[in-house]
Amino acid sequence: MISLISPGTLRKLGILGMNRRNVGFIGHYNSRKNFRLVDNKLFTKTAALDRGIPTPDLYGVIDYQFQIKRMVQELQDRETFVIKPVQGSGGKGILVIVGRDGKDFVKPSGVVVGADALHRHASNILAGLHSLGGRNDQAMIEALLDFDPMMAQYSHEGVPDIRVIVFRGVPVMAMIRCATHASDGKANLHQGAVGVGIDIGSGASVAAVQNGRLVARHPDTGASFEALKLPQWQKILELASGCAEMCGLGYLGADIVLDRQHGPMLLELNARPGLSIQVANQEGLINRLQIANDIADTAASDAERIAMARERFSVANMVPLAEQAAALG
Amino acid sequence: MINTRIQIGLVATLLIIFGLGLTLYKATRLSLPLLPGESREVWTIESKVSFKPASGPMEVELKLPQALGGWVTLDEHFASSGFGFSVEEDGGRPTARWTRQALDHPTTLYYKIQAYRANGDSLPDYPAKADNPPRLEEDQLTAMERLVEVLKEKSTGPESLTQLMIKQLNRDDPDPDAAFLMDSYSGTSESLMLDVLAFSDIPAHRVRGIQLQDGRRRQHLSSLLEVYDGDHWLLFNPDSGEAGLPDDFFVWQRGPGAVLRVVGGRDSRLEFALVNNRLPAKTVVSMEQQSENFALLDFSIYALPVEQQGIFKGLLLIPVAAFVVVILRLLVGIKTSGTFMPVLIALAFLQTTLWVGLAIFLVIVSVGLWIRSWLSHLNLLLVARVSAVVIVVILLMAAMAVISYKLGLDRALTVTFFPIIILAWTVERMSILWEEEGGHEVLIQGGGSLIVAVLAYLVMSIPVVEHLTFNFPELLISLLGVVLLLGKYTGYRLSELYRFREMVKQQ
Repeated sequence: MISLISPGTLRKLGILGMNRRNVGFIGHYNSRKNFRLVDNKLFTKTAALDRGIPTPDLYGVIDYQFQIKRMVQELQDRETFVIKPVQGSGGKGILVIVGRDGKDFVKPSGVVVGADALHRHASNILAGLHSLGGRNDQAMIEALLDFDPMMAQYSHEGVPDIRVIVFRGVPVMAMIRCATHASDGKANLHQGAVGVGIDIGSGASVAAVQNGRLVARHPDTGASFEALKLPQWQKILELASGCAEMCGLGYLGADIVLDRQHGPMLLELNARPGLSIQVANQEGLINRLQIANDIADTAASDAERIAMARERFSVANMVPLAEQAAALG
Repeated sequence: MINTRIQIGLVATLLIIFGLGLTLYKATRLSLPLLPGESREVWTIESKVSFKPASGPMEVELKLPQALGGWVTLDEHFASSGFGFSVEEDGGRPTARWTRQALDHPTTLYYKIQAYRANGDSLPDYPAKADNPPRLEEDQLTAMERLVEVLKEKSTGPESLTQLMIKQLNRDDPDPDAAFLMDSYSGTSESLMLDVLAFSDIPAHRVRGIQLQDGRRRQHLSSLLEVYDGDHWLLFNPDSGEAGLPDDFFVWQRGPGAVLRVVGGRDSRLEFALVNNRLPAKTVVSMEQQSENFALLDFSIYALPVEQQGIFKGLLLIPVAAFVVVILRLLVGIKTSGTFMPVLIALAFLQTTLWVGLAIFLVIVSVGLWIRSWLSHLNLLLVARVSAVVIVVILLMAAMAVISYKLGLDRALTVTFFPIIILAWTVERMSILWEEEGGHEVLIQGGGSLIVAVLAYLVMSIPVVEHLTFNFPELLISLLGVVLLLGKYTGYRLSELYRFREMVKQQ
């Protein structure tokens, strides 16, 4: 027998469902014309640079098939880099090269690929294989970030990124997505990555969840999540809420990476952020979104918004979900 | 937010009430029943006379059907663009006559009737008179005499003689006399049969009519043989030898004579398009009595030409299937590959039947995936690759049709009803999904699509649903209202009750 949770309980816990997210938040606060800036990573990058928001260095862009050959040749000079589709969705089509083996390239998993594999990957990207709606696309080549060593221990073969949900400029909820061996280096929770809920107040971990179950340690690296506390938390929040103003979206997911030298950097923005952040935080979004609405109405500046959010959403000031559930009987 | 909610609520309520109200009106005032109860099969028969003009004045004469054997004509309608038109009695038969001074392009004239079989009467009496024996060449005459002699020897009367003759002439290896006659005869095998009967002094003639088949577009007149055994007239199928008037045979003309005569034209053709509707018995009776009082019926699907009626029968089911998709995706949360791909698959299932359709779909998609995995090594550009998959899918379909036909599995021939482009895109999407997310996700999305398709198929094949959508298309307006309301549904999906199930239990 499959056990289900009753819709009444879900509602009392304030869990945001897919339909309500689509109609009430994405449909209502995210106007269609602003999607372009978010769905196209080059536009995002340009806009971010204009506002002084740090992003990984851009090595080059491939627009046409004939440029691929020259670009791959130029890449022979680079030690590490990332090739990704400009209009990719859901982290698809991202090829990460972490090192070199003579003329060949090394992927995070240790697999060595030749220049022809790079060529094929770029060609597929241009043809729209990984892109929204399958339309023709561009490929961009970016610097591989030098992860903060504190972050690196929490990810296996992948990019440990911080996802912050920002509602009307107020950071509402955050998590770190840690790739695992089971998720094949991808940071998707439904593929077996670990989601670590992060306290908006302090930047410390709240809970860690893999496949819907609580875990204490990273299954591959063995690092304890309990001790995890993000450095430069205030800067991360500032970056996230700055993005909201930049792209004009009311309901937004910002993906941020901590670089060893440059601190928090914007990786990409998402106009349709997923719902599993609720599982990672063991808390529903709806209450927080309502509070954030009040904050956005009263606060005058970004700094004020963040300060209020850090106070209101601090775990110390919230009632844990388990207690809420217990109270519901 | 409140504002659009109220707007949509208002519009949706209006639509729902309007649709239901119109339905109710039709149900009560026009006594169209809401459930497919006791009903009559009403056939709409559209005759098309097409021809190319020669020089000079044109005259087209079409003998109108006699509607024998319990058939009742409900309604008839002529279309005669630019022609002079009259219906006259000609030798006791109503005959439609179109005339025109000159014409310079190929033309089609239409004659449409609605008819149903009120009772299973046999054909009425007919004067019995044996035809004069045909005039034949000498060698034909000898063969004919020998054939008739053999037939008479083996038979007990006109009935068994006729059956024997039909069997003899339809055999793969007829005896030498019969074979010679068939080879040397210029006319059809029926006219040979009539001559054999005339030679045996048995009164006989041809009965022309239409083999009724729902959805047929280019049906031609077919013939039965009617033979007098001394007391009664008996009907025989000249191909199978089966006796009696088949239920699905609409008698157009009994006895000799041409049905269509075109003067001043050439390449004339008479073809029929057929559609079958189940109408409630009550309605049929009142249509018979007062066919002009049905203004609303006049503006229903029934007013359309027969071919379009047939198409709409299928089209009107699509909204229902789309509704099933909306419910399963928004309320249940099943993942499908492509939003309306399941609808198109379900439509194909309607033609193939469920199990055959599922088997065909699975075979094509899995073989397609296998071939596609090879294509992905070749590093092709996307459009070329999808086109390659399209070609592969078509080849697969052809191979399936040929192999299954050779194996005697006629059902698998329906493979052609699957939308090729949709299949190809399904293959392409599934294979990308496979590379990106693994076989697990392919199973989830592919399985989800199939479940939705099967459910949509099951809903579409409920007889009540077909009856309601075809007879009360205004119900679709109500359906539109419900879909608008569902578009504003913000509650949880069934799948989310599962997805978030662990959130309370832990700690």
